Amino acid sequence: MPDSTIVGLHHEEQHHPELLHHFADPQQQRDASSLGMWVFLATEIMFFGGLFCAYLIYRRWYFGDFAAASKTISMPLGATNTAVLICSSLTVVLAVWAAQTARRTLLLGSLAITMLLGVTFLGIKGIEYRDKFVEHHVPGASFSFENEPVPGHPGQYANPHHAQIFFSLYFVMTGLHALHMIIGLGIFLWLLMMAWKGRFTPEYHTPVEIGGLYWHFVDIVWIYLFPLLYLIDRHP
Amino acid sequence: MSMEIAIPQPAERETYLNKEYGVWSWLLTTDHKRIALLYLISITFFFFIGGFFALLIRLELLTPAGDLVQADTYNKLFTMHGMVMIFFFLIPSIPAVLGNFLVPMMIGAKDLAFPRINLLSWYLYIIGGVLMLHCMLTGGVDTGWTFYAPFTTNFTNTNFIEAGMAIFVAGFSSILTGLNFVVTIHRMRAPGLTWARLPLFIWAHYATSIIQLLGTPVIAVTIVMVAAERALHLGIFDPKLGGDPLLFQHLFWFYSHPAVYIMILPAMGIMSEIIACFSRKRIFGYSFVAFSSIAIAVFGFLVWAHHMFVAGMSVYAALVFSLLSYAVAVPSAIKVFNWTATLYKGSIHYDAPMLYAFGFLGLFTMGGLTGLFLAALGINVHVTDTYFVVAHFHYIMVGGAVMGYLGGMHFWWPKISGRLYPEGWARLAALIVFIGFNLTFFPQFILGYLGMPRRYYDYSHMPEFQVLNVLSTAGATVLGVGYLLPMIYFLWSMRYGKPASDNPWNAAGLEWKTASPPPTFNFDEEPVVTWEAYNYEELDAPHTEEVRVAR
Ligand code: HEM
Ligand SMILES: [Cu+2]
Repeated sequence: MPDSTIVGLHHEEQHHPELLHHFADPQQQRDASSLGMWVFLATEIMFFGGLFCAYLIYRRWYFGDFAAASKTISMPLGATNTAVLICSSLTVVLAVWAAQTARRTLLLGSLAITMLLGVTFLGIKGIEYRDKFVEHHVPGASFSFENEPVPGHPGQYANPHHAQIFFSLYFVMTGLHALHMIIGLGIFLWLLMMAWKGRFTPEYHTPVEIGGLYWHFVDIVWIYLFPLLYLIDRHP
Repeated sequence: MSMEIAIPQPAERETYLNKEYGVWSWLLTTDHKRIALLYLISITFFFFIGGFFALLIRLELLTPAGDLVQADTYNKLFTMHGMVMIFFFLIPSIPAVLGNFLVPMMIGAKDLAFPRINLLSWYLYIIGGVLMLHCMLTGGVDTGWTFYAPFTTNFTNTNFIEAGMAIFVAGFSSILTGLNFVVTIHRMRAPGLTWARLPLFIWAHYATSIIQLLGTPVIAVTIVMVAAERALHLGIFDPKLGGDPLLFQHLFWFYSHPAVYIMILPAMGIMSEIIACFSRKRIFGYSFVAFSSIAIAVFGFLVWAHHMFVAGMSVYAALVFSLLSYAVAVPSAIKVFNWTATLYKGSIHYDAPMLYAFGFLGLFTMGGLTGLFLAALGINVHVTDTYFVVAHFHYIMVGGAVMGYLGGMHFWWPKISGRLYPEGWARLAALIVFIGFNLTFFPQFILGYLGMPRRYYDYSHMPEFQVLNVLSTAGATVLGVGYLLPMIYFLWSMRYGKPASDNPWNAAGLEWKTASPPPTFNFDEEPVVTWEAYNYEELDAPHTEEVRVAR
């Protein structure tokens, strides 16, 4: 490409208000942002991966104890939360589509509903945490898990130490997940404000797209957490 | 080749250095070159802190008796030395300083893809650094830089949680640097700059970034688990409660073995640049050198358990990890052979950067070969946790990575500062560093082989070890002088050095085609690349004019 065209391009595109100075054109900026989010999600996979690795090892070692502990967390609440998050992924997709096609009301609505669903998730999670606290299932000094039967092995009781490992992992994993949800809510609040100001156009909506990517990722983590933590040995 | 004096620059030319003045123009900058300098100052600060601890360690070991410090203090000294040097100096050193400065320039970009994230990365580093300093000033940590559970979680009385947080936060700074590099290298290359034309420095940083991105999160989450366990007495790693201390070691080394490649790969990238330039040749086997970086990044993730041969694992697992450790040495060896082949029949110039490069070649080879000794199961059992291991990794991390870093600093100093450093002093310093280094660490191979364990402050039952320890301490003093010298003359040259021309080494590479020091957006016009990397034969051929892209 001869230099003159590049310089020419520059001048035209300089008018686009969202184009940052160091990018040649909006396409490059968009590609960079979305690649950046994908790469970031790869690091997130490794971050959660360490925990999943620890979980799988102990689950194999202490299967019965893990099953007993898993029985005490509320499957209906977990399932509800799974449904809530799946719905929120749908509204995120709608938001991206609305931004692409310049549907302002739909964009604002879907962002708001996404946030509402996110808050619902955290609320239900809070209830679950409170229940665990009341039942003395929070690891630490007041932890107690006596005489809890091992499912499928009549007369056998779970080892409280091993159950405590389950609950430690449960709290660390769901806690970090909830932290990601909170960060996601922050991102979506920002997106909502930008959308309110009319900053997103069919030409420029990368933030909605990569914010959405992040949200989907956090959902997917939960899709793995739910069966692993709530559904151990749950057959009649 | 001697450094020529530049055509005097018109005084009013605007550069990234004089564009704006004032503290905030630095602390809020998003210019990758200014952020590189912020990093330079911060890591130099931590280098001297870490060096101070090292000095105290060496002084204690001057005599067999534990007389200078108490046992507890000694434990803290080597812990803080390791943590500072690894997490606050060596890991950020080349990527965050030279990488930050050069990656955009070498690929013809105006900046990294995410300039504000780049600044955020520096602030995270500083927050981590402040936590670390606070931790040091309030008593320090005595767990060793490896902070093994359950010692860290149940037994130590020192404040590990704060040190862990410091490493955690600094880790995210490292992740963000890697993220920026990967995206920048993928998306911001100048027209015509294909992957096969990229400088090997870029390939090395790309490989480094992969490790930073995929390894660092694992140590981060491990620190979360350790901190939670320490705070709440969980049982994740505590065998009393059913936990598994070996799991900690696996998770720790899953990051920390690849992390050693975060330290050495960028230095290897610098080597390729320097050796090609000062042999005036295209690098021999370009694609082998490029792909060996990627191979190191990939295979580096598969050998972590060679740090745990005596910790308890099955013979078969040990065999596999031993074999894989041999495999990971192959790409490193490929690099060394290719550099050597580049030297062959080159017209070699012995300027200071090249002296550092020669130092690197010798010392890294020693370190790598002793790594192979350690990867052999039988020898490992004999020398594990002795000074042999200490010598091994210092040969690579100090002899290799720090030599590479210094070589790179000299090579690009004219570009960074717009001034020439005093060549005579620089050559002297390179020599002093080389001699001091070998005097410090070679005796440690012998000590370790003879059975001196690491992390002991008192060897009075083995007074015959003293001679070698005295040599080592003497060497450390020489080495210290060798490190102080460049700092002094670099600072001196900023004011009194001769102005550098745009390309004082007549080197290939886009960074040399713009002004020294560069303007804020690096190039006045977007460069278009039509040549292969390291086209030295072309550059030196009498008839060709150097292609100028800026000014
Ligand atoms: C050439 C390939 C390499 C091989 C085969 C190798 C092998 C080994 C082995 C087997 C150990 C464990 C010794 C023990 O604790 O018993 C070890 C320790 C170590 N190596 Fe390497 N190594 C290699 C390259 C490197 C590089 C490139 C670096 C750093 C830049 C490095 C840094 C270290 C460190 C820091 C330790 C000790 C960690 C500690 O226990 O504190 N190694 N190496
Ligand atoms: Cu290793």
